[in-house]
Amino acid sequence: MSATVIRGKVYVLGDNIDTDQIIPAQYLNLVPTIPDEYEKLGSYALCGVMDAPPFVPKGEMKTPYAIIVAGRNFGCGSSREHAPIAIGAAGGKAVVAESYARIFFRNCVATGELYPMETPVRLVDEFVIGDEAEIDLDANTLTNLRTGARLSLNPLGDARPVIDAGGLFEYARRNGMIASNLEPDVREAVPVNRVVED
Amino acid sequence: MAMTMTEKILARASGKAGVRPGDNVWANVDTLMTHDVCGPGTIGIFKREFGANAKVWDRDKVVIIPDHYIFTADDKCHRNVDILRQFVQEQNLPHYYDVGSPRYKGVCHIALAQEGHCRPGEVLFGTDSHTCTAGAFNQFATGIGNTDAAFILGTGKLLVKVPPTMRFVFDGEFPSYLMAKDVILHLIGEIGVDGGTYKAMEFGGEAIQRLSMEERMTLCNMVIEGGGKNGIIEADDVTFDYVRARTGKDFEPVKPDADAGHVFFKRWDARTIEPTVAKPHSPDKRATARELRDVKLTRAYIGSCTGGKLTDFVSAAQVMRGQKVAVKTFLVPATTEISQGIRTEKLDGKTLLSIFEEAGCTISMDASCAACLGGPADTFGRINGPEVCISTTNRNFPGRMGAKEGQVYLASPYTVAASAIRGTITDPREFLQ
Repeated sequence: MSATVIRGKVYVLGDNIDTDQIIPAQYLNLVPTIPDEYEKLGSYALCGVMDAPPFVPKGEMKTPYAIIVAGRNFGCGSSREHAPIAIGAAGGKAVVAESYARIFFRNCVATGELYPMETPVRLVDEFVIGDEAEIDLDANTLTNLRTGARLSLNPLGDARPVIDAGGLFEYARRNGMIASNLEPDVREAVPVNRVVED
Repeated sequence: MAMTMTEKILARASGKAGVRPGDNVWANVDTLMTHDVCGPGTIGIFKREFGANAKVWDRDKVVIIPDHYIFTADDKCHRNVDILRQFVQEQNLPHYYDVGSPRYKGVCHIALAQEGHCRPGEVLFGTDSHTCTAGAFNQFATGIGNTDAAFILGTGKLLVKVPPTMRFVFDGEFPSYLMAKDVILHLIGEIGVDGGTYKAMEFGGEAIQRLSMEERMTLCNMVIEGGGKNGIIEADDVTFDYVRARTGKDFEPVKPDADAGHVFFKRWDARTIEPTVAKPHSPDKRATARELRDVKLTRAYIGSCTGGKLTDFVSAAQVMRGQKVAVKTFLVPATTEISQGIRTEKLDGKTLLSIFEEAGCTISMDASCAACLGGPADTFGRINGPEVCISTTNRNFPGRMGAKEGQVYLASPYTVAASAIRGTITDPREFLQ
């Protein structure tokens, strides 16, 4: 995904939203690289969250919410890549949280499914579910279009070009780290330190 | 330059004389492990990115252990094991533990150790967050997603940021009623579920050296519940005895430099830790077992990579012998080797199996991850309603063991066994002293 501005409805969550809430384990029988199972994962995104309206409405495959605003330690728990993939497959574009669990953040970048934005301050009280908001990835701002409040975000830094490229492999290919044709001699991959790391 | 164990392993793996926290290094990978839940997606990415006929970087360094959704009628789960099986055939991979064969093992983190894939000083990545368990063997071991795993399958390398190290030291000796599970729940309560994020968690001190390999594995297993990138323990004769009994491969352990830097350091007197419980719905909601004596339970569960090892069942049997459980109590061994041990290991002349049967437990000998993470609806021990469960597993976020309405208390095998007998959360000292 490549974007400079992400605009859409906001879904609001609290602290420590773990991977079992993002995609409950019973749906891990779905394989993300199989196209119809990728779509199906999206339909279950965040269905494990308690006491909140559904992220994906019942009977639908896509979410009306492009942006998730959350608290601390978003995506803690399992290493399942199904988690950022489910949100991305549902049509989520970005998460704005105070902090992330390490593997979830890395999986967002490696897959290019989601922009995992960090905020220097707690934002969950500045939004209600359904607000319209706009993220400007160049200006590093999040604007609540209902209240007009303009909030600053931490720059994504080295992670952004990887997500812009569509994930780790496409980024590595564009930057000559692996050959652009298939069957590359990747064993001679040139290590470059610009790739984002956790 | 003075380095911690984690720094030394990553320096060696990246061909550098030294590394510092924050350095990005390309680490050569000694072992990549995947299983039935993340393996099919990893294989899908590997083929998409490297080509349908691409070969893995090193057949001997790939380990595939189906363990999550094995004993279920769910068709997709069986399809996923078929994908693993086909890939193993195509690639002619030697380290595959196939479902339905005598090689089937069960829970990957315990199987890795039992089959000699955990070796001091090495780098292990796995598509499972509890891959950090292997830090008990003085390895750098951590969980990754499918995309990173596919990258390793093709290249044998991964770019890793060197984590700063937190050091936790326990002096003296843990009391006989205390288990590593109590210690790690105590620590997570102290630092919080994100207190170790991006960091290595290193355990040391005399009390740690006195622990068995299984107990050290419990400690490192749950560093991810504190947000940690990896857990690590110095190798000693306990480590070498375990490893040499299971592999003939050479290995080179690392020791920490005395003046290595830490971002956090704390010492405890090992005798001061009490039987500890994590309350719903987070592993850092710490209480002592004594404080929760009024909590009524509807079930108990003993199993998983965290609490389903043979030592965990021996501990539970010590409490349960001659007793009856008051709530439905599910037992599932992590691996087939442990299933066998439950049948043959004896306490006072009785097998563990007969002790558990006489206590009224519900036992499955089908080694797997089972209900630790809920799983398909027909999973053994899965929480399917508003149960209040005490469990030896690792996570208690909402819905972790199945239904969102369920409440899960995490505790040691001693505490779970004692609580199963009383039907309320119980300090195991009531049975062990």
